[in-house]
Amino acid sequence: MKVLALAAALLFGGILGDHACAQSMQHSIVLASTTSVENSGLLARILPLFTKKTGIEVRVIAQGTGQALATAARGDADLVLVHDPEAEDRFMAEGHGGKRRQIAWNDFIIVGPNTDPAHVTGGHDAVAALTAIAAARAPFVSRGDNSGTDALEKRLWRKTGTDPAANGGGAWYRDIGGGMGAALNAASAMAAYTLSDRGTWLSFNNKGPLVIVIEGAPALLNRYDVILLDPAKHPAAKQTAARELAEWLSSPEGQAAIGAYTIAGEQLFRPSAIEPQ
Amino acid sequence: MDLWAALNKDDLLDIIWLSLGVSLSATFLAALVGLPRGGALAVYDFRGRRGLTILLNGLLGLPPVVVGLALYLLLSRSGPLGQFGLLFTPGGMVLAQATLATPIIGALGHRAMQGPWHEYGDALRVDGASRPRVIRMLLRIARPPVLTAVLAGFGRTISEVGAILIVGGNIAGYTRTMTTTIVLETSKGNLRRSRSGWGSC
Repeated sequence: MKVLALAAALLFGGILGDHACAQSMQHSIVLASTTSVENSGLLARILPLFTKKTGIEVRVIAQGTGQALATAARGDADLVLVHDPEAEDRFMAEGHGGKRRQIAWNDFIIVGPNTDPAHVTGGHDAVAALTAIAAARAPFVSRGDNSGTDALEKRLWRKTGTDPAANGGGAWYRDIGGGMGAALNAASAMAAYTLSDRGTWLSFNNKGPLVIVIEGAPALLNRYDVILLDPAKHPAAKQTAARELAEWLSSPEGQAAIGAYTIAGEQLFRPSAIEPQ
Repeated sequence: MDLWAALNKDDLLDIIWLSLGVSLSATFLAALVGLPRGGALAVYDFRGRRGLTILLNGLLGLPPVVVGLALYLLLSRSGPLGQFGLLFTPGGMVLAQATLATPIIGALGHRAMQGPWHEYGDALRVDGASRPRVIRMLLRIARPPVLTAVLAGFGRTISEVGAILIVGGNIAGYTRTMTTTIVLETSKGNLRRSRSGWGSC
């Protein structure tokens, strides 16, 4: 018991000391972001540059867009970086958001098994592809987690006029309730189609039989916005430090850092704060 | 070997230290709270003792994600304990794991002390020892099984992922532990790395 207490005190003393210090200086902020930004490795690459310049430590919570906005609405984050325009509009309308700004964009893609049972490869029409997948009853993995990607998928299905979850959809339409990486893992294991953002796809290391089947469709644009919290509604948020991060992300320096992030020679995010798309 | 190539060695050490620090602190807190209560349940005779014992044993199966969610709501800035700023910090993770380990250490500690209490209880009471003092003596008499109870509590905390993922937020370099690293690396499709992360430490 004494040994345990000593070990705990030694180890935890360090952790708590660290924490108390960081808090008193107000030099850490919580950024609620999406799994697609975090899993792609972008934030791990660019945030150290910001921290080096300003001394502000950024703690990233990676959640789906829906959950990230909910976390911020509860006041548990200082700013958000998300990608679901409709959910963001609701967040703003409820008065949680302060300033909102687009900082980058890339695109969504539909990936699927190289055997392509629904014969959709090479098309540029996401809605037509989903219609074909549903007609062929080819396995399709859905995030089902209320994230930005999930919200887009639901919108695309609505445009096809079919409800995949209805009439025995479970046999081929598989709602896994997980993040982008989990969905890609599942699709890879089940040789299924799924909707992915390009960043997560490029950095994903367990592709198996999956290849890109649909890309370059206008409906698959993916824009990332950074939103500051409304200071009146969320006085606990660390406004000054959060604004510094938002401004840095849209500054020439931050934009250059975003644009310079590549995997295997391919650029993952297109900076867009200076010239909005 | 790809583990060392892919994951910075210092990062990995930090992750291991944090895991040990959080889980040992949680186990210590849980023992501090659980053992006296387990002992009291053995030594004091009161109405409802049987029900309380059953409840304590039932809490052995407390699901980590339920504890995680409950603490999330309590510690959130808009929750009742929000002013302490413990959400998404190692301190919050300690609280969550201590909540999980307390019933384990309490229930197993209760079992450990029950036997010696039936055997020596009368003798100790005749000698004039108060019940709180008897609990301290029982803890000493039943030392090996009590230690097992504490170890079982530690086993629960160090292997746990559901509660700390919700309460800690899996923040790189701050609240990322061994188990949450494995969840993250698996979701990135780095299956080999998440496996060797466990296998080699």
